[in-house]
Amino acid sequence: MNTEIVGVVAMFIITVLLAIPLGRYIGKVYSGDKTWLDPIINPIDKLFYKAGGINPTKEMTWQQNLVALLVINLVWFLLSMLVLMNMSWLPLNPDSNPSMSADLAFNTTISFVSNTNLQHYSGESGVSYLGQLLLMFFQFVSAGAGMAACAVVFKAMKEKNSDKLGNFYVYFIKSCTRVLLPISVVIAIVLLFNGTPMTFQGKDQFISLQGDTVNVSRGPAAAMVAIKQIGTNGGGYFGVNSAHPLENPNYFTNMMENICIILIPIAMIFALGYIIKRKRFAWMVFGVMTIGFLLLVIPSIYQEMKGSNAIHKMGLVQNLGSMEGKEVRFGPAASAYWGITTTVTSNGSVNAMHDSFTPLTGMFAMLGMMINSFYGGVGVGFLNFYIFIIIAVFISGLMVGRTPEFLGKKIEAKEMKIAAIIALLHPFLILVGTAIASHLYAQNPTAYAAWLNNPGSHGFSEMLYEFTSSSANNGSGFEGLGDNTPFWNIACGLVMILGRFLPIIGPLAIAGILAKKKYVPESAGTLKTDTSTFAIMIFAVIFIIAALSFFPALALGPLAEYFGMR
Amino acid sequence: MKQHILPALKLTFISIIVLAGIYTLAIWVVAQAGPNHGIGETVSVNNKVVGYKLEGQNFTADNYFNSRPSAAGYNAAGSIGSNKGPSNPEYLKQVQDRVDTFLVHNPSIKKEAIPAELVTASGSGLDPDLSAEAAMVQVARISKARNISEDKLNTLVVQQTQKPLLGLFGTEKINILQLNIALDKLK
Repeated sequence: MNTEIVGVVAMFIITVLLAIPLGRYIGKVYSGDKTWLDPIINPIDKLFYKAGGINPTKEMTWQQNLVALLVINLVWFLLSMLVLMNMSWLPLNPDSNPSMSADLAFNTTISFVSNTNLQHYSGESGVSYLGQLLLMFFQFVSAGAGMAACAVVFKAMKEKNSDKLGNFYVYFIKSCTRVLLPISVVIAIVLLFNGTPMTFQGKDQFISLQGDTVNVSRGPAAAMVAIKQIGTNGGGYFGVNSAHPLENPNYFTNMMENICIILIPIAMIFALGYIIKRKRFAWMVFGVMTIGFLLLVIPSIYQEMKGSNAIHKMGLVQNLGSMEGKEVRFGPAASAYWGITTTVTSNGSVNAMHDSFTPLTGMFAMLGMMINSFYGGVGVGFLNFYIFIIIAVFISGLMVGRTPEFLGKKIEAKEMKIAAIIALLHPFLILVGTAIASHLYAQNPTAYAAWLNNPGSHGFSEMLYEFTSSSANNGSGFEGLGDNTPFWNIACGLVMILGRFLPIIGPLAIAGILAKKKYVPESAGTLKTDTSTFAIMIFAVIFIIAALSFFPALALGPLAEYFGMR
Repeated sequence: MKQHILPALKLTFISIIVLAGIYTLAIWVVAQAGPNHGIGETVSVNNKVVGYKLEGQNFTADNYFNSRPSAAGYNAAGSIGSNKGPSNPEYLKQVQDRVDTFLVHNPSIKKEAIPAELVTASGSGLDPDLSAEAAMVQVARISKARNISEDKLNTLVVQQTQKPLLGLFGTEKINILQLNIALDKLK
């Protein structure tokens, strides 16, 4: 069998095999059970509690947890603006890179605080080493905050009748010290020994074999690449992210980095199964997500390996496949697999240029972000899925004439309203944003000529992708878009804030309200949520919402391009 | 809200120390034991650095195996892909121009034998590798330019081809810098 196919199949199998024990471990961490890392990490956690003045045994309501999350994010926002706008004269800047303009700093700050990692700058020339380390810090804490929000919802799902839902600070610290940090250390060291640089020296220079003088960017990359992969951050050290040979040196590191993209998102499902003691339910969720993922990834791999129609018409050989924007050491299969894993989770790192994908692969990448819960981001992915579960429970309850109940709690009008608003928010942000941008461009194509790198429907796809990526907190891009302008910086910044915090607030509120309700024991009249029938129901809800909302836009972009090229 | 401001500030401070400070420092310390102390591995010929082991460089001369097109011009301080969409007419013309140029420099080759990766730009602009096909298709030209038999060059390409990981996963590839260094040594 083709070694490229074997490579991607192996990646998926290894990921699932690692995610099951990791999920159990994460479940133990959040439940406060003993784990084998306790002797090392307990003292570190104590240090955090002491320095932060936090009482780890004090439980908070969902509102208090939410305020804690929002306040600490505000602190991060201010800190980041301060550093990014002043880094030119701050220490650790051997390449004398400039400070950011206010609008770019705004965009970058929100991007990293919201776990999006959309980058309207290029790593080699746009940030100092201090800037890179600060952004790396946000890669840890934004992932930790997302996981903590998810842990609060897990706790709420477990509670029979209570308004005390754990402590945000404790979940946050544990996510950082017990999950993200240990895995990052291992990944960073492996990368290091495969050739990824970890140095504070500035650029190097050499004369090539052919006589050209070449400058080489370096820096403390290994540490950052590890956490950007494992924390569904995706903000690369170098401009081209993991397509860069120093950021992703070979096929082995590519497998490792790609496994990291979906490892924690999958593990969180199994963590849920452990915490609420419903393994069947966790497998049902995993099944729905996996089927959705496979429906996107398989045709994408096929399309990329088949190659580009236009190149084929030129009469060239495409034994590898479509190779524009791809690296020989990864090949089309691993590039397409990465492209979909990075978009279904909200990672957004890339190992090939998505702008140059064949039209349908570009569409599947967008669909991954539009649905945003086939695994999804660390923590927040499950929160998105939770909304779909609530809607599915409600609809199927009405269909069969039973009271809509989920885990022994009645779903009523208030919860449904919140779920509906959150489910519609994502299409709203994406489509309104794209509509405004298209309107501006259509009104005055010469003034905005620098926006689009490609004409026609592909140019439209570039704008659609950018807003989709912002709202999904993904961070990848059709990078041909000339996006470092005040319009894109501010518009995407606003979309990223709303796309981050509202989908955290909504599920938290629903879970908090449900946790307080009276527990209704299961009876013959209860709708079972761990069956394949219910799985089909959730899948249908997701499909209908995504298809109805996004089909017209996709028809104007990638579908038009696909049929235009045939 | 007030009771959360102080913990937020303090927690941010301690997190920076541990996650940005101690973590970075620890990885940096390990790097001192890593390849070339973590500053990037270089390749030398006659004690002179001619490149970075992992990064591709530009080869355009007829007597070298040419590297893939690069939107970055192989500038290792400014990686970038072309970001051209597959249907872009300007892009397709550019590919056609590369094909025409290739045919001028390689008169014995038919268009149908040119592998697409040799006329399409890589993702990073720094692709260090060629496929075996993309190297083989250049053998006739180099043989003429260097006056070395095609058989010898074919053998060189086969020698330099790296198998997929463990023979199982991924693509075959040839590192272009190593290939051309070996080519220079060939008599």
